[in-house]
Amino acid sequence: MRQLALLGLVFAALFFVPFVVTSEAWQNTILMTLYAALLGQAWNILGGYGGQFSFGHAAFFGTGAYTVAVLQVQLGVNPWIGLVAGGLMAVAVAAFIGFTTFRYGLRGSYFALVTLAFAEVLRILANTVPFTGAGVGILIPLDQSAANLQFASKASYYWLVWAIALAAFLTVWWIGHSRFGARLMAVRDNEDAARALGVDPFAVKMRAIMLSGLFSGLAGVFYAQYFLYLDPAIAYGPAISVESLLVPIVGGMGTLFGPLLGAVALHGVSEASRALIGDLPGISLVLYGTILILMVLFAPRGLAGLVRRLSARRNSRETTNV
Amino acid sequence: MSETAQSDTMLRVEGVSKSFGGLQASKDISMSVPRGKITSLIGPNGAGKTTLFALITGFHKPDAGKVSFFGEDITGMAPQDIALRGMIRTFQIVQPFAGQSVRENIAVGAHLHIRSRDAALAKAEEVARKVGLGDRLDMDAAALTVAGRKRLEVARALATDPKLILFDEVLAGLNPSEIRDVIPVIRAIRDEGVTILLIEHVMQAVMSLSEHTWVLNQGELIAQGPPAEVVGDPLVIEAYLGKGMAERIARQRMTAGGAHA
Repeated sequence: MRQLALLGLVFAALFFVPFVVTSEAWQNTILMTLYAALLGQAWNILGGYGGQFSFGHAAFFGTGAYTVAVLQVQLGVNPWIGLVAGGLMAVAVAAFIGFTTFRYGLRGSYFALVTLAFAEVLRILANTVPFTGAGVGILIPLDQSAANLQFASKASYYWLVWAIALAAFLTVWWIGHSRFGARLMAVRDNEDAARALGVDPFAVKMRAIMLSGLFSGLAGVFYAQYFLYLDPAIAYGPAISVESLLVPIVGGMGTLFGPLLGAVALHGVSEASRALIGDLPGISLVLYGTILILMVLFAPRGLAGLVRRLSARRNSRETTNV
Repeated sequence: MSETAQSDTMLRVEGVSKSFGGLQASKDISMSVPRGKITSLIGPNGAGKTTLFALITGFHKPDAGKVSFFGEDITGMAPQDIALRGMIRTFQIVQPFAGQSVRENIAVGAHLHIRSRDAALAKAEEVARKVGLGDRLDMDAAALTVAGRKRLEVARALATDPKLILFDEVLAGLNPSEIRDVIPVIRAIRDEGVTILLIEHVMQAVMSLSEHTWVLNQGELIAQGPPAEVVGDPLVIEAYLGKGMAERIARQRMTAGGAHA
C-alpha cells in the first residue's frame, strides 16, 4: 500500500511538470525520459519479473508504431483507433514469439537470441513490403488536432506518454501484489520448484510477454505520433531493444521504480555528456556501455537495489547506535 | 476385499520403467501408497529413488507402466497438473526462490488454490508457524540455513493443501537435534490427514515415522514391509553393504549373542 501511495505521489508530481517547466527543450527532455521509463517498464514485466531477457523488444515497439502509421496513411483510420490497434497488434506479435519460444522451453541466451532474430526479421520485412514505405520510411501527414492524436504543444504529448506510463506502472504494481506476479517471479527464480507447486510456466510466461508487448507497442504508437516519421531501422532496429533493457538493468530489474530511476540516470548522463562534450555521434552509446559494465560489476540489482542497500545499512547503523 | 483395498489406495504405481540411455533407472516397479499413512522408500545411493519420485510427479515420463492417483491415470501428465490434483513433491536439493522472503516463498504454494494475495500471505504465515519458520518470515530465503531451507520445502508443499506429499530426503544434511525437531512436524502433517511418502536415508526417521517401507536397489524393488522387518532382510543388507554381508552379520550376531547373553 505504501508503494502504491508513493507511486501515486510521483505520478501526481509528474503530471504538473509542464506547468512548472515551460522551456520546450526541457519539456522534451523530461518527456523523453518518461518515454524511456515506459519502454523500460514494458521490458521489466518480462525481463525483470519474469527473468526472460528479451533482446528484441523492438519487435513489439515497431509493430505498434507501424500499425498506427500504416492504418492512418494507407487506410485513413483514425490514430485513436490506431492506438488500440497498435497495442493489440504488438500483443499478437508477442503471443506469436512467446508461443514459438516458450513452447519449446527456450531460456536464457537462447531466448535472447531468438527475440533478437524476430526483431531483425521484422525489420527486413518492413524494409521490403510496399505498404510500410519500405526503406524510404513512412511519413504521417501533419494535421495537428486532438481528434487526430497530434498536438501542437509538447505538454499535450507529455500527458499522453504520462498516461500510458501510468498504466504501465500500475500494471507492474499489480504484478507485485497478485497471484500472477507471485507465479511469474517463482518461474523466474526456479522453474522446477514452481512447477512442483502447481505453476504452469508456459501460461505464466505467455501472459507476461503479452503484457510486456502491449506496453512496448503503445510506446511505439506514441513514438509514431510524436515524430510522425518511421523507417525500419528506427522502428525495428536494435537501438530500441537496447534502450528497453538498459533502462531497467541500470535502474533495478524486477522493481517497480527501477525503470524510472534508470531512465532518469541514463537521460541525465546523456544530457550531461552533450553539455560537456558536445554532440559527438555515438558518445552516448559509449557512455551507456560504460555504465552498463559498472552497474553489472558494482550494483547488479540496479539503482533501486543500491538505494535499498544504503537505507538498510543506515537503519542497521541507527539501531546499533541506539 | 479388493474393493476396500482399492478405496484405501491413494497412489498406485504399476510396472513403471524408465531408462536414460543405457542406464535402467527404474525396472518394472509396482507399489501402492495407502491413504492417511506415512510410508517410506529407502535404498542405497543411486538406487533410483528420486527418479521414481520424478516419474510419479510428472517431471519424467515413464517408458512403460502406469501411475494412478485416486484411480485417475496421471501417467505423463505435467507436474503442475499433478500438483493441482493434490500430489506435491519436495526436492532433495532444496530449491528456494532466492531473493524472495520466506513468506513470499510459501505463498507461491498457497496460491495453488487461493487467488487473493492477502489470503495467500496469511496462509503462508500460518503454515510457517506450523513448521517452525514463524520467526523468519521476512528473511531472504537464500539466507536460511540448510535446516531452515528444508523446513521451507516442507512449508511450501504444505501450503498447497495437498492430499499426498512426497518428501525427498527432508532430513538429509540435518544434525541429530534438528532431526529430532523435524520428525514431530512430519507426524503432525500426517495427523492432519495428509498422506506422506518419504525417501529417507536417516534410518532413525524411517523406523519411527513410517509404517510401511519399500526398498529400492538398482532400479528394482527388492523388499517391502514394516521397517523393522525389512532392515533384517538379507537382500536389503546385501544391497546396502555388499554381497556376503548378510551372512557375516548373522554369524557375528550368533557369536556375539553367545558371548554376551
